[in-house]
Amino acid sequence: MSLDLLSYAAFFLTMALTYGIICLGLNVQWGQTGLFNVGVAGFVAVGAYVSAILTTPDDPNRLGGFGLPIAVGWVGGALATSLVSFLIGALTIRLRADYLAIATFGVAVVVQLVALNLEPVTGGPFGIGFIPRPFADYAGDPLVFSLANLGVLIAIVLALYLVLERLARSPWGRVLRAIREDEEAARALGKNATKFRLQAFAIGGGIMGLAGAVQAHFIGFIAPDNYVPMLTFQVWAMLIVGGSGNNKGAILGAVLVWGIWAASAAVVADLFPPGQQARAAALQIVMIGVALCAILLLRPRGILGEERVVSRHVGGGASAAERKTADANSA
Amino acid sequence: MNPQALMDGLVAGSMIGLGAVGVTLTYSILRFANFAHGEFIAWGAYFAMVIAAALGMLSGGLSAPLGPFSFGWALIVATVLAVALNGGLALLVDALLFGRLRAQKSTVIIMVMASFGAALTLRSLLEFIFTSQPLYFSKALQIAMPLGGGIRATPDQLLSLGVAAVLVVAVHLLLSRTAIGRAMRAVSENPQLAGVAGVEVRKVIRIVWLLGAALACIAGISAGLIVQIRPQMGLDLLLPLFAAAILGGIGSVPGAMLAGLIVGLAEAFAVQLVGAEWRAAVAFVILVLVLLLRPQGIFGRAAA
Repeated sequence: MSLDLLSYAAFFLTMALTYGIICLGLNVQWGQTGLFNVGVAGFVAVGAYVSAILTTPDDPNRLGGFGLPIAVGWVGGALATSLVSFLIGALTIRLRADYLAIATFGVAVVVQLVALNLEPVTGGPFGIGFIPRPFADYAGDPLVFSLANLGVLIAIVLALYLVLERLARSPWGRVLRAIREDEEAARALGKNATKFRLQAFAIGGGIMGLAGAVQAHFIGFIAPDNYVPMLTFQVWAMLIVGGSGNNKGAILGAVLVWGIWAASAAVVADLFPPGQQARAAALQIVMIGVALCAILLLRPRGILGEERVVSRHVGGGASAAERKTADANSA
Repeated sequence: MNPQALMDGLVAGSMIGLGAVGVTLTYSILRFANFAHGEFIAWGAYFAMVIAAALGMLSGGLSAPLGPFSFGWALIVATVLAVALNGGLALLVDALLFGRLRAQKSTVIIMVMASFGAALTLRSLLEFIFTSQPLYFSKALQIAMPLGGGIRATPDQLLSLGVAAVLVVAVHLLLSRTAIGRAMRAVSENPQLAGVAGVEVRKVIRIVWLLGAALACIAGISAGLIVQIRPQMGLDLLLPLFAAAILGGIGSVPGAMLAGLIVGLAEAFAVQLVGAEWRAAVAFVILVLVLLLRPQGIFGRAAA
C-alpha cells in the first residue's frame, strides 16, 4: 500500500517536474526578458513531436523509423524548437511588444493544425505511440521504474537550474534585465537589444522543446489534444504563482499548481455525475482562470518574486537590509 | 475556381471585419491586444440565443420567420437586448480586471496576459453552462438564391453582409464626425495630453468597450445564423481577428473591415485550393506576410 503511494508520489513529482522545465523556459523568455509567449503549447508540441519521430520504431503509416537513442531525440527536439522560436522571434521582436504575443498564439494554432492534419508525419488525430521510455527494462517493477524516471527528471531540472542561475547572473543575464527595465539606457550602453532578446527567446523556446520531448518519453504517447491552449495557460499560472523572474519560483510554482490542478480535478470529478465530466473540466478551467487574474491583480510578484540584486558587484557582502536601501537609492 | 468561394469569403470576412474593428479600437485606444475579444463574439451569440429562445417560448408567433429570412421578431428583439447585455459584460470585465490593472499602471504585457486569463475563464464558463454541443437559432433550412455568375446566397447571408456594411460606415462616421469620435482619436494619439485638454478619458474607454462588444455581438449573431453557435467560436476567430486588425493598420476602422474581408476571402479560396482542414492556418500566413512586408498594415502609419 505504502509502496503504491510512493510510486504514485514519484509519478506525480515526475509529471510536475516536466512542467517545471517548461516553466524554466518561459522564465527565460518572460521572467528575465519580458517576452510574452502565448503559444507555449505549440513550442512544447514541436519538441515532443520531433523527439518522438526521431526515436520511435518504424511505422508504415508515417514518417519515422529512425529508432535513434532517446538522448538524441531530446537534443533534436530542443534544437528544432529553438529554431522555430528564433524564426518567430526574428519576425516579431523588433515590432510592438504584443505582436510577439499574437504571433506565438498563431504558432500554437498552426502547430496544432499540423499535428492534426499532416498525418504522414505526425500520425494525425491519433498521434504517435510506442515512444521509447527511459528505463523500459525496469517497467516490470513500477516503483523502481518511477523512481528511476524521477531521478532523470530531478537531474535535468537541477542541471537546467544551475545553468540558468549562472546565466542570469552572468553579464549576459544582466544585459537582459537591463533591456527589460530600460531599453533606451541599455542601448545607450551599446547593447543590441534585438539580438539579446532573440537569443533569450530561442534559448527559452529550446528549453520548452526539451520539456515537451522529456514529457513525451515519460508518457510514451502523444496526440494533438495534449497541446491545447489550456497547457499554455497552466504553465503561465505556474510561473506567475511561483514568481516570474525567479528560477526557484518557476519550479515551485510548477509543483504547487500541478498539485492544486490534480487535487481540484479529483474533487470536481467527485462532485459531478459521470455524464457531466466535460462540464466539470470546464468549471475547473474557470476556477484557475479566475485565480490567475486574481494573482495578477493582488500579488503580481508571485510567491517568491524576483531577486532584486543578482550581481555580486552591486552591494557585495552587504546585508539584505543594506541592499534594500542601496536598491532604493539607486532607483 | 468555384465562384461560390467569393460569396462565402465575403460573408465570413464581414464577421471577421466586425470583430476586428473592436480589436483595433481596443488596441489603439486602450493600448493592448485583447485576447478576450473573441469571447465577446461567443457571449453575444449565446445572449441572443437565450433571449430569442425565451421569447419564442412566451409566444410562438415571435419565432415565425419574417419574409425570406430564417428568423422572426424574437431574434430582432433578442439582438437589441444582447447588444446591451454584451456591452454590460465588457464593462464588467473592465471594472473587475482591466480597469484595476490600468489603475495599478500595469505594463501592456500584464494587460495582455490578463486578457488571456479572462478569455479562458469566459470561454470555459460558456462551456460549463451550455456544454460544447453546437446550438442553432433555427433548425429550418434556407434555400440559397442564385445571384448570377454561378453564385448563390441565402437571404440571411445577404442580410448579414448588409448589416456589417451599415455598421462599419456608422462607426467610421462616429469616429470621424462626432465629438466623442474626436475624443477617441485624441486618446489614441496621446492619453495624457487628451486628459489635459479636457477629454474625459474614462468615458472614452467606456465607449470603446460598448462599441467593441456591440460589434462583436452582431458578428456572433451573424455567425450563429449562418454557421452555428459553439463556446469555441470566439477562439477560432481570434487569429483571423488579429490578422485583420494588423493588416488593416491598428486604429483604422475601414482598414479593419477591408482586411477582414481580405482574410475571409483568402480563407474561402484556400479552402478550395488546399482543403478545409487548413483553413485556420490562412490567418497565420497573412499575419506573417504583413509583419514581414508591411508591419504598419494597409492604412497604418509607419512604426510608432
